[in-house]
Amino acid sequence: MKIVVCVKQVPDTTAKVVVEDKQVTWGDMPLVINPWDEYAVETALLQQEAHGGDVTVISVGGEDANVALKHALAMGCGNAILISDPGLENADSLVTSQALAAAIQKIGDVDLACFGRQAIDGDVGVTAAQTARVLGWPSLTLVSAISELDPGSGSIRVERSVEEGRQVVEGKLPAVVSVVKDIGEPRYPSFMGIRKASRAEIPVWSVAEMGAEVSDPVVTWPEISNPPKVEVVTEIISGGSTAEIAETLAEKILEVKVV
Amino acid sequence: MTDKVWVYIDQFNGEAIPSSWEAIDAARMLADELGGGVTAVIAGSEVQQLSEQAIQYGADQVYLCDDGTLQEFRAEPYASLVSGLAGEHHPEVILFPTTSRGRELAAMVAVDLKTGVLPDVTALEVQDGNVIATRPVYGGKLLAKAVCSARPQLVTLRVRAFSTPEADSSRTGNVNQVAAAVSEDNISTKVSGYTESSRGVSLNDAAVIVSGGRGVSNNPSLEPPDGMDENEAEIWRAQEGFKLIGDLAGVLGAAVGASRAAVDAGYIPYNQQVGQTGKVVSPDMYIACGISGAIQHQAGMRTSKVIVAINKDPEAPIFKMARFGVVGDLFEILPPLTESLRSRLSS
Ligand SMILES: Cc1cc2nc3c(=O)[nH]c(=O)nc-3n(C[C@H](O)[C@H](O)[C@H](O)COP(=O)(O)OP(=O)(O)OC[C@H]3O[C@@H](n4cnc5c(N)ncnc54)[C@H](O)[C@@H]3O)c2cc1C
Ligand SMILES: Nc1ncnc2c1ncn2[C@@H]1O[C@H](COP(=O)(O)O)[C@@H](O)[C@H]1O
Repeated sequence: MKIVVCVKQVPDTTAKVVVEDKQVTWGDMPLVINPWDEYAVETALLQQEAHGGDVTVISVGGEDANVALKHALAMGCGNAILISDPGLENADSLVTSQALAAAIQKIGDVDLACFGRQAIDGDVGVTAAQTARVLGWPSLTLVSAISELDPGSGSIRVERSVEEGRQVVEGKLPAVVSVVKDIGEPRYPSFMGIRKASRAEIPVWSVAEMGAEVSDPVVTWPEISNPPKVEVVTEIISGGSTAEIAETLAEKILEVKVV
Repeated sequence: MTDKVWVYIDQFNGEAIPSSWEAIDAARMLADELGGGVTAVIAGSEVQQLSEQAIQYGADQVYLCDDGTLQEFRAEPYASLVSGLAGEHHPEVILFPTTSRGRELAAMVAVDLKTGVLPDVTALEVQDGNVIATRPVYGGKLLAKAVCSARPQLVTLRVRAFSTPEADSSRTGNVNQVAAAVSEDNISTKVSGYTESSRGVSLNDAAVIVSGGRGVSNNPSLEPPDGMDENEAEIWRAQEGFKLIGDLAGVLGAAVGASRAAVDAGYIPYNQQVGQTGKVVSPDMYIACGISGAIQHQAGMRTSKVIVAINKDPEAPIFKMARFGVVGDLFEILPPLTESLRSRLSS
């Protein structure tokens, strides 16, 4: 089975992200693989272990996206490809998904493309569904379990985690899946994996090399700012006894009139 | 009539998701600026009654597609329907509530119509005929304004970020029945089952949320039943703790949330996790019990209007965001708090 996993590079979740001179900065915190995409890599590796075949990890980004690709290689993916092109610099999600779809088509005979649920920088959460739509493949998003997958008959059954509960959906391969945490904790990179990844030469594909065309980006971000500081004055409730504290807190809770 | 501003009414089992009405209110504001009325798009099976409701909440006309293929939500046929209608009538903007369905639908319609999506938006304005959407990014650490130069502009609205209009039963409007865009043979997925998540108030649109963290298992004086190993005893203690959280939530009509530490330790299902890798919520009140308030947890609850923290550790970061705090043991505070609220609310 041929599996592709799409990963993005993002600032660490603990980074202090701020806007300075209209630029987003996060000091010297390193960039990391998008945490959701580690679950996507785990999904791909589990399916490979169950059905054989290979896993290719791809990313649209600048040279620095290699950190995310190497992390995925260290976890156990066989190949990595960086999709990099000056024409993709201001890519919006539509352009990114067109580029990812083009790469998936160029790789060829792909059965399953795995995505994270959301990239934690832009918090957009649409790229998996968009890539599926560009490819014309079933879009199985927010998957918490792949309960059945048969490369022979090309069938897949998943559980999707949506607001109202778990929806069981069947589809045909090739398919796109985006996964949530329930899919299983991502493995740690192995020592061997890290060594292999550090030596890997990652090929770079341009849009032209993929024989693809992408749209002009239509979404722009004219302004990005630090959110207004909300000054909260914290009132610590104290009292002689727990009962007294509980009474005062109950009063305060009802006073703010939201209940 | 000109119909520049559209709203997609999200529904589940024939019942509208309340934030769809919030989207109608936002659409009314946009229509006042852009001209024309508000058009609602309703899709599903046996959903005629939603047209009436949408009109009462402020829609001027409705496109209604009532078709057996739309019984269960599947993104492909729903997207083809919305794309087809929009391709024919050229709205300037389509608003969707940010539910899992609304987000996926907007994503696919954007591909079909070669336009952009602005997801999870918390504020809207109009400038020179363009919608300017404000959205939190980087887990709410920054705010971005986003603009889409193509048409229609597809915007999903963060649940509870916009107000719900008053329903007015005297309003009238046109309901246009439209046909489904795709027949069953051409839909590549099938929904074969459904398991409801645990009963109770849903985190997504709860006005009040009571959340528990690792602290809910920290009650050494609770003696677990015989024969439990260390791990089982911890989970048992946590479940006792979550009972107290559930009791408080019950009295307040609130949903129950959790930190990742509580989820990872197996105290409560992942569905309840609040934070950067869980749900992003913005209730009127968020009561954090035994939660330290790590930056990734904050990413999911920062925009709560009033935060209340109960924590043993006076240095816990959660107190920096809290309007009201109690430094103390949640096992001691929660029972009398719940009782006091119960008697105050019933009197
Ligand atoms: C990539 C990434 C993503 C993450 N995503 C999320 C996310 O989405 N959501 C999330 O929540 N976390 C997330 N985290 C984890 C986050 O960093 C914290 O580890 C987690 O939020 C801590 O949970 P906690 O506050 O329950 O536990 P702790 O930090 O252990 O805090 C427990 C608190 O309970 C208090 N306490 C203990 N006993 C009692 C008692 N009896 N009464 C009252 N108070 C008591 C303690 O004083 C302490 O402050 C993420 C981390 C990473 C690296
Ligand atoms: N530039 C990118 N390169 C590769 N994959 C991406 C890229 N951007 C997004 N993705 C994938 O799409 C998912 C959702 O991202 P987003 O729609 O940006 O929130 C991520 O978890 C990744 O799996």
